[in-house]
Amino acid sequence: MNNFSLILMLLVLMAVAYQFGMVRSRSLAGGNNSAIMHSRPHHYGMMVGLWAVLPPLFIMLLWNWFSPGVIQSMVLASIPAEHLPDGEQAAIIMRRISNLAANFGIVAEAAEWELNAANYLQALRQQSALMLTALMFIVASVGLLLSFRKIQPSLRARHQVEKVMMGLLLLCSTVAILTTIGIVLSMVGETLKFFTFIKPSDFFFGTTWNPRFSTAGVADGSLTGSQGSFGLLPLLSGTMLVAFIAMLVAIPLGLMVAIYMAEYAPSKVRNTVKPVIEVLAGIPTIVYGFFALVTVGPFLTDLGAMLGLTIRATSALTAGVVMGIMLIPFISSLSDDILTQVPKALRDGSLGLGATKSETIRKVVLPAALPGIVGAVLLAVSRAIGETMIVVLAAGNSPSLTANPFEAVSTVTVTIVNQLTGDNDFASPQSLVAFALGLTLFVITLLLNVVALVIVRKYREQYE
Amino acid sequence: MTTEVKNLKGNAATRSKVQQQVVNSLQKRHRQEKLFRGAGVAAVSISILLVVLLFVNIFSKGLPAFWQHAIKLDIYFDPAVVKIAEKPVQQAGESDNEFRQRDLEWRSAVGMINFNRLIVDGLQKVIPDANEHRRDLQRIVTSGERFAIRDLVIKDPSIIGSTQSLFLLTDANIDVWLKGNIDRSLGDAQQQLSPKVREWVESLKAQGVIQNRFSFALFMNPDSRSSLASAGLAGAFMGSLYMMLVVIVLAIPMGVAAAIYLEEFAPKNKLTDLVEVNINNLAAVPSIVFGLLGASIFIGWFNLPMSAPVVGGLVLTLMTLPTVIIATRSTLKAIPPSIRQAALGLGASKSQAVFHHVLPLAIPGILTGSIIGVAQALGESAPLLLIGMKSFVASIPSSAMEQSTALPVQIYLWQGNELRNFFEARTSAAIIVLLALMLSLNSLAIWLRKRYEVRW
Repeated sequence: MNNFSLILMLLVLMAVAYQFGMVRSRSLAGGNNSAIMHSRPHHYGMMVGLWAVLPPLFIMLLWNWFSPGVIQSMVLASIPAEHLPDGEQAAIIMRRISNLAANFGIVAEAAEWELNAANYLQALRQQSALMLTALMFIVASVGLLLSFRKIQPSLRARHQVEKVMMGLLLLCSTVAILTTIGIVLSMVGETLKFFTFIKPSDFFFGTTWNPRFSTAGVADGSLTGSQGSFGLLPLLSGTMLVAFIAMLVAIPLGLMVAIYMAEYAPSKVRNTVKPVIEVLAGIPTIVYGFFALVTVGPFLTDLGAMLGLTIRATSALTAGVVMGIMLIPFISSLSDDILTQVPKALRDGSLGLGATKSETIRKVVLPAALPGIVGAVLLAVSRAIGETMIVVLAAGNSPSLTANPFEAVSTVTVTIVNQLTGDNDFASPQSLVAFALGLTLFVITLLLNVVALVIVRKYREQYE
Repeated sequence: MTTEVKNLKGNAATRSKVQQQVVNSLQKRHRQEKLFRGAGVAAVSISILLVVLLFVNIFSKGLPAFWQHAIKLDIYFDPAVVKIAEKPVQQAGESDNEFRQRDLEWRSAVGMINFNRLIVDGLQKVIPDANEHRRDLQRIVTSGERFAIRDLVIKDPSIIGSTQSLFLLTDANIDVWLKGNIDRSLGDAQQQLSPKVREWVESLKAQGVIQNRFSFALFMNPDSRSSLASAGLAGAFMGSLYMMLVVIVLAIPMGVAAAIYLEEFAPKNKLTDLVEVNINNLAAVPSIVFGLLGASIFIGWFNLPMSAPVVGGLVLTLMTLPTVIIATRSTLKAIPPSIRQAALGLGASKSQAVFHHVLPLAIPGILTGSIIGVAQALGESAPLLLIGMKSFVASIPSSAMEQSTALPVQIYLWQGNELRNFFEARTSAAIIVLLALMLSLNSLAIWLRKRYEVRW
């Protein structure tokens, strides 16, 4: 029986056990509640249900974790000694055998001993599934019976149920931490592997990016001559250039929108215009990328031609401008919140002294809101650095160390996509570098976020 | 202030030097005020203009692609060409496996038939000088339509021998030519279509044999490379649907549970602080990093299949989780403590207070946050590229473990197609579909919030 139907059966069992527990507690309580029960009937039901389901579920997890290894070693032990493979060969042979057992096609004719092993594997698997089902059934019924017999007026069923529930809730809230640990561990692991091919100093301070193609000889590190160069700096400069242009677009527009919305706009205008601008925030980035590629890029090229400039259709400028448009609502809504948090007394004081509204905003409100706005801008910068699809489509993918916004550039994110989606071998430096780049990106954005959060939090304390 | 200014103006003779300065600077200050306000209005108008520009641009490009040129042909299912045995029917005493085997053999026999011949015969009826230009004739109907005809025969073999009037999609280049998406003044060498074909389709269009009809192919077909005109979104749509199911099943319960724990039960200590900071950071981690995580952990360690919606769904789940947690927490925070106190005062346990009294009140807010999270996940493409979902898949996935793409990735794939004139419109159409889905999700969220929002 496969895992899915086992789980389904467990769920059915849980429902049945729940009914058992509930009926039993009701009958114990008697018609006129002659025995005062500690908990409500559904608590007893739930308790029996949990006792019937959790232990077998646990056994199933363990079994699925360990049984493939056990079965594999048993099959390997059954193979005659003269065919007995060593090291990496074992994995290949095992794959052939398990393909045979699953009736998939394999390359070349199957040998007699392979067929025997495949049959043995199939039999073992069937036995294992049967044993698991039987074991789960036994454990489940023992759990059900024991907990069923334990039901008494004094049994604190609610406490047991709530404890399990609490454990479940706790487990869910650790997923977020596990994700972070997973991100860090997986990327650090692969990055360390990458640094066995390339010196860290060559990566962090190299000025050329030319990874070449992966070849069979490179993977074992013996042909280092043909390995190409993995310099981070051109990618980082491209990333910064695009992010800088994006900020040049997004900060003035986003900030002025926020100021107008928070200080000037009548509530009617505010209520209609704000959602319209926030539509920009909900559009997927691939759509912005397409917009940049087919509309903004050619437009900028034509504009450049009119002004006597050569602007490439896919350039840092194209990607930056469109990314800036994407970030307008991000900056405007964050700054809007911050501006409205500035106490009214400050404005009234300034207006009372005879300042005009714009003077009040520029000399009083903005300085008071500055830390929050800086935080918002930092968050926007980290968005811009981590943004992928716009630059994949519109930045031109040419890793060169340039500060000319009219040229094509490449960024860290684009390179991650390029290196990991080709036909490269997963263990070659050409693929592994994606993880080193990802880790760099993760660290940069993490720092920006932490700084931004600290600034925002500090600011918030001022007026509370 | 204004009366004061008038007074100052009135007694010009008695104005002191300071007063003079104030009056002079006042004009400048008011001008600055106007400028500043004007800048605000300008910023707002530019932003709105950009929204409008973006939508007009996408819609003007994409809407025409929902209609596609099709040619109306009388297809005679010639028994001399379509020579097949009777469709197998399961007989008594035959096992399912044997029947399936027989059915499969029959289907592959049908697949060997030259359906193209039927199409060519049909074309000869509407094009008088067809026989002299047989090569050109092959290029009118897109190559995928022969499979559509095959499927008709498989569905109902009794049509053999009859004549059916069918609309068949024309080749992508013909669609481009008839819609005027290519410069017609270009020389023959630069045109994709031969002069003969162009002449034919022009006259057929004028006769009404070729019509611009609503393109169901866009919605019903999977992607295609050999027959560009019949490339559709069905495969990508199913892929996205499976991923969203995974996200809904995993991210929402887990996120809500985590938020309940952190907001209602967790002791306030360093560890909880760490979890909180961690969740806030996770929400701001670039999406592509989640793709790297998926590539290395789900595919590298757990050996889950590449390009499968289940992996994409898991990656998007991890990405959506912080959004759901943050939204749920802020909803729970907004529920007044008096509700909890009332429940506790009547003897409810802490978890009874939370699950019976606080949570039901929080459901609208939780739903709104979750729907916005799902909409975000629907539009995400960067992490999916890294787990292999950008590979070309020519079938509609029938389970979450099969190879598939997703809607945003399909947009990415189509925008890179060489037949630019055709796929620019088709990509825009795909964008319209994606935006429509996302906007309807978002408006559902807004409606829920408006409908059930409780102000305390």
